[in-house]
Amino acid sequence: MAGARVRLAVLGVLALALAALPFLADKFYVQLATKILILAIFAMSLDLLVGYTGLVSLGHAAFFGFAGYLLALVSPQYEAANLWTSLAIALAGSAVLALVIGALVLRTSGIYFIMVTLAFGEMLFHLFHDTSIAGGSDGIYVYVRPVGTIFGWQPFDFEDFTHFYLVVLVAALGVYALLRMVLASPFGRVIVGIRVNEHRMRSLGYHTFRYKLVCFVLAGTLAGLAGYLAAVQFGVVNPDMLGFHVSASALMMLILGGMGTLVGPAIGAAVMMTLELLFQKITDHWLLPMGVFIVLVALLLPRGLVGLVTGARAKDDSRG
Amino acid sequence: MDLGTFLIQVLNGVQYGLLLFLVASGLTLVFGIMGIINLAHGSFYMIGAYLAWSLSQHFGSLWLAILAGVVLTVLIGVALEWLLINKLYHRDHLYQVLLTYGLILVFEELRSVIWGNDVHGVAVPEWLAASIRLTDTLAYPVYRLWISAVCLVLAVLMYLLIQRTRLGMMIRAGASNREMVQSLGINIQLVYRLVFALGVALAAFAGMIAAPVSSVFPGMGNQVLIICFVVVVIGGIGSVKGAMAGAILIGLVDTFGKIVQVEIAGFRVLPELAGMTVYLLMAAVLLWRPEGIFGRRL
Repeated sequence: MAGARVRLAVLGVLALALAALPFLADKFYVQLATKILILAIFAMSLDLLVGYTGLVSLGHAAFFGFAGYLLALVSPQYEAANLWTSLAIALAGSAVLALVIGALVLRTSGIYFIMVTLAFGEMLFHLFHDTSIAGGSDGIYVYVRPVGTIFGWQPFDFEDFTHFYLVVLVAALGVYALLRMVLASPFGRVIVGIRVNEHRMRSLGYHTFRYKLVCFVLAGTLAGLAGYLAAVQFGVVNPDMLGFHVSASALMMLILGGMGTLVGPAIGAAVMMTLELLFQKITDHWLLPMGVFIVLVALLLPRGLVGLVTGARAKDDSRG
Repeated sequence: MDLGTFLIQVLNGVQYGLLLFLVASGLTLVFGIMGIINLAHGSFYMIGAYLAWSLSQHFGSLWLAILAGVVLTVLIGVALEWLLINKLYHRDHLYQVLLTYGLILVFEELRSVIWGNDVHGVAVPEWLAASIRLTDTLAYPVYRLWISAVCLVLAVLMYLLIQRTRLGMMIRAGASNREMVQSLGINIQLVYRLVFALGVALAAFAGMIAAPVSSVFPGMGNQVLIICFVVVVIGGIGSVKGAMAGAILIGLVDTFGKIVQVEIAGFRVLPELAGMTVYLLMAAVLLWRPEGIFGRRL
């Protein structure tokens, strides 16, 4: 249990340091940190599927983008949407989408699962890309950021980048705490059991399909939260948000940071974003060094950065 | 839609399906035999198309370009298997996905460095440039018929290779029990390398012969890759027969989805949602037979 206490202390210090960031750094870095935290939420939600339940999804961006689109669609054109209702709609929408897609894709496993999730992601891409529901291939703008009032009191203003950053930070910490709680619960033990040996779990009497489906819906909803926040930050949603590259780079964040650790994917998100900026500074063809980097990580760093630090300990409780 | 148009669209759908089969069969063989999921498979289609475009300008002949292109892509395939892919045989699918995704970025960006980001057309070879007149107003290009014929010949050759030759026997044996085959003194590593190179060559060849019809453009590889995933899921992983059935089905559904007009409650459902039809077909197959039409039970 000492490990948990150390983890809590480290996390507390980290949270305080992150909360102090807007008072130390200028706008560019605060906005970059906001983006990283949003992607960290997205990557953590994927970790629940890939790292803990053993479901390698290559279509996770579908929920990320779909929630963003829902915000754009419910926002009045030149006025602010209500934060609470639009957020509720976005989360409920991505949960329902995850329920429908999950019920289909979870009928498969292994290589099939990877391909089928990818294909459903592309289906959503085509839905928004080919039709005029939401601006087609150009996407759709969110001109005014949503406003959240509590009985007339407005605790934060999303037009202020510091406020927005702090809200995103709280959301990221909240998602982390929620996932830790889920994983520590009996439910969490079952899904880890499913990853290690699904047949055994089934013969113990667990209805594994239902557990996996709940996991898929929870992960999809949290990805929706990330997508909602991303749409608020950038003020625009386009079909690429739903696409294959977003899903694949989230997987990359997982592996790079260390899957099945929750913290790892968040670190992975930070490293990926930093590298992206770095490579973009060096060359217009920044995807080339990025591609080489991804290949090298897949070959040489199977346990990710967290695995490098914790070494053998991570080996025991990561991939069964 | 009159009969003439209908027949033309059937021919188009079958031709598109047969082309998809060339790409999807390589994908399904590499899955089925080597247990590798290769996202970069679509990139070879793209590389093939770009090679056909640039080499045919260089040689002044599409045939020479195809010949040189196939040799070149086989070499690339062998080199890739030797350098990277064989490190993945005993690794989780997750790492296969990641590594081959990295390769997609590398290939796509190299394409941009070498050939730029423009869309290019490739001329149909002169002796195939004619059209067959069907009615007074309708004609069908010979080149498309030629594509279908070539794909069919390749499909038959592939069938004979796998079912009737010694190498095919090794391939099939390697798919069912790798260790046993090795202990019988067969170099399974070499067999895998050949299968991978064959898959690469088929995808690249498909890109080359498709270039005059579909033109050559950035991102064409990923588009084909994802459709071929759908084909493989529908047909059943590892089944070449399934790949053929899935490919023809997808070819027809995609082609007709784009021209049929369907209105439901005042909304133009088709062709607006044509891009989604193949995925809905996949969803239906998943409900009915999650292991694919010709797949083994999961």
